[in-house]
Amino acid sequence: MSRTIVIDPVTRLEGHGKITLQLDDAGVVQDAMFHVTQLRGFEKFCEGRPFYEMPNITARVCGICPVSHLIASSKACDGILAVKIPPVAANLRRVLNLAQLIQSHALSFFYLSSPDLLLGMDAAPEERNILHLAHAHPSIAADGVALRQFGQRVIEVMAGQRIHPGWTVPGGVNEALSQEKRDQILVMIPAAVAAIQRTLEWFRTAVDKFSAEIEVFANFPTLFMGMIDDRGLAEYYDGYLRVIDSEGNIIAGELEPARYAEYIGEATEPFTYMKFPYYRPLGYPGGTYRVGPLARLNLAGRCDTPLADEEWRRFRAMSPRPLLSSFHYHQARLIEMLHAAEKIERLLSDKGILDKHVRATASVNSLEGVGVAEAPRGTLIHHYKVDENGLIVWANLVIATGHNNAAMNRGILQAARHYVHGDAVKEGMLNRVEAVVRTFDPCLSCSTHAMGQMPLTIELRAPDGSLVREVRRG
Amino acid sequence: MSAEANIRTLTIDEVDISARADETILEAAREHNIDIPTLCHLEGLSEVGACRLCLVEVKGARRLLPACVTRVEEGMEVTTHSAKIDRYRQMVLELFFAERNHVCSVCVANGHCELQSLALRLGMTHVELPYQYPQLPVDASHPRFTVDHNRCVLCTRCVRVCGEVEGANTWGVMGRGAQSLVITDLKEPWGESETCTSCGKCVQVCPTGALFEKNRAGTKTAKHPEFLPYLRIMREGEQR
Repeated sequence: MSRTIVIDPVTRLEGHGKITLQLDDAGVVQDAMFHVTQLRGFEKFCEGRPFYEMPNITARVCGICPVSHLIASSKACDGILAVKIPPVAANLRRVLNLAQLIQSHALSFFYLSSPDLLLGMDAAPEERNILHLAHAHPSIAADGVALRQFGQRVIEVMAGQRIHPGWTVPGGVNEALSQEKRDQILVMIPAAVAAIQRTLEWFRTAVDKFSAEIEVFANFPTLFMGMIDDRGLAEYYDGYLRVIDSEGNIIAGELEPARYAEYIGEATEPFTYMKFPYYRPLGYPGGTYRVGPLARLNLAGRCDTPLADEEWRRFRAMSPRPLLSSFHYHQARLIEMLHAAEKIERLLSDKGILDKHVRATASVNSLEGVGVAEAPRGTLIHHYKVDENGLIVWANLVIATGHNNAAMNRGILQAARHYVHGDAVKEGMLNRVEAVVRTFDPCLSCSTHAMGQMPLTIELRAPDGSLVREVRRG
Repeated sequence: MSAEANIRTLTIDEVDISARADETILEAAREHNIDIPTLCHLEGLSEVGACRLCLVEVKGARRLLPACVTRVEEGMEVTTHSAKIDRYRQMVLELFFAERNHVCSVCVANGHCELQSLALRLGMTHVELPYQYPQLPVDASHPRFTVDHNRCVLCTRCVRVCGEVEGANTWGVMGRGAQSLVITDLKEPWGESETCTSCGKCVQVCPTGALFEKNRAGTKTAKHPEFLPYLRIMREGEQR
C-alpha cells in the first residue's frame, strides 16, 4: 500500500511550513509538496491607508528583514511621488540594505544551517542548534553571533533601532548621517571582514564532505533571476533585473524592474498559500527560476569589491556553467556577506555620504509605484496603486521566497527520492529533506505575509489521502 | 469684592491650598504640582470635560467629578489618586483603545502620542473590553494634512482651536456617542473646505495621530501645542 510521510513542523526556518511526501506501493517517493499553511493578508488590509504609511506597515511583514521591506516600499512610494531622491539618500539606503543582508545571512548560515554543516546531518535533533554549536565549535559560533550583531548594529546606528526602524521614508531618509555615526560603523568593518574570511576559509575545506548532498539538494537546471547594475555587476538596491538560463546564457539582460508584471506571472497551487512566480515567456512551470545569493552570483559579471571578487572567482570556477545545486547557496551567502561589508566601507568612505540633503518632498504625482530591491533571499517587489489623494487602492507584494517556491518543491522531491525509501525513514534522512529547504533560507512569514515561529512538519500520505506517518518538531 | 473674598482654601490630597474662586480643581492642582492626567484639556483652549480622565473624588459628592470643569470651593477636600479613581481612569483609557483602531506600531504619532503616553503612565497593560474595529474613513483630500478617524478620540481640541483661536470654525462634530465624527464644514472633504485656512493649528493640538501632516510618517512627528498659550497672550495684548 502506498504511504505518505509528513514532516511537520519543518524547523530552523523563518515562518511555519509543512512537507508532505507521497509514496507509492513500493515505498518510492512519487510526489513532494511544501505547504505554507498560514495567510496574513497584508495586501488586503493596507487598502485605504495613506501610501506614506506603507514602509512602516509592510516592514511588519517580517522581524528578520524589515529593512528589505522598508527599502522596497520606500522605493514604491518614491514612484508615487515621481521624484528622483537625493543621491546620498540612495546610498544611505544602500548601506542599510547591505547591513540587513549581512545580519540575515549570518542568521541563516550560522544559526539555522551551520548545525547541519558542523555537527552533521545525522546528529541528534536536540543537538542541532546554535547553542550546541557554541559548545562544540565556539569560534565559529562566536563569529556568527558577531556578524549578526555587526549587521544589526549598523542598522541601529544609522536608523535608530535594529528592528522596524522608521528612518527610510518616501523621498529618501529621515535624517542625514553624522560623521560620528559614520566613524562608529567604519571602525567595526575590519573585524567583520576577518570573521567572514575565516568562515569562508573553513567552509571551502568543509564543502567536499557534502558532495552527496550537493548532488541531490535541488540540483537541477532552472533559470536564475537577480539585480545587476549598468555594468552587469551585482547590485542590491537599484538596477536592472537579469534572467539567465542553466547554461549561463543571458535570456533577458536588462529588464526594467517596474515592468515586472510583464515578465513575471504568479501561479497558485491548492496545497499552499505561497504563490509560484514564473518567468512568463516560458510559462508555468517551465519558467521556474531561482533568486537569492546563488542566483545573484551565478548571473552577475562579478561582485565589484576586491576580496569578494576573489571569492566569487573561486566559487564560479567550481563549474563552467552556473552552479545548479542549491547547496551552494550557503557559500554564496558568505561571499555576499564579504561583498556587503566591503561595499558598506566603500560607500561610507565617500565624503558625499554626509550630505545633509537626504529627502525629496512632493505630493502624489503618479497613481502607481513599483519598488524593487534585492532582499537577502532574493528579489523583492512592492507595487502599489493609489487614488488621487494617495490612499492605497491596491497592493501587490512579490517576495523573494515566493520566487523560489517552485524550485524548493522540486528540490524537496529530488532529495526525498534519494533519501526516503518506504516509511521506515531515519530522522537524519528527513533532516536532509528539511535541509534542502534551509539552503534557500525561505522566510515563510514574508512569503505568505504568515506569522509564527517556524516549525515545519513532514507528512507521509497514502494515495487515498490517509496519513501514515508524521514527523513533527518545533 | 476684595481680593481676599476671591480666594478659596481647600485641600487636594491632604495638602492645604488656596486658589482663586474662578479656578478649576485642575488649575489649582497643577499650580501646586499635583498631577492629574488629562487628554481633552489643553492650556489655551476652553474646557469641555469630554475625556473623563481627570476625574477626582470630592468629599460629600456622590460621584467622581471632572477636575477640569469643577470650580474650587471653600473647604473642599479633593482626592486625586485612589484605587477607585485609578480603576475609573484605566477603564476610560481602555474604552478609548477599544473604540477605534489604535495601532501604535505603524502610527505616525508613535512615540509622540498623548494617548499612548497616558497608557504607559497609568500602567495600562491590556484592554479587557472587546475591540470594536470600526471601519472608519481616512480623508487625505487636503494638500498638507490628513484626518484618520481610526485614531480620533473625540477630544474636540481641533474643533475648539479652530473656533476659539483661528476663528475659522471649520471643524465640528456630527453624530452621537461612539459614532460621532469630527468633520470639516458640512462634512465636505477637508481639501474642499472653503473655511479652512490651512493654518495647521488643529494638527498641532491633536493628541494622537488622527490629524497629521502628510509625508511626515516616520519617527519625527512630534507636535507642538505649546504655541497656544503664547498665541493667546499675544492676541489679547494686541486687542488692548
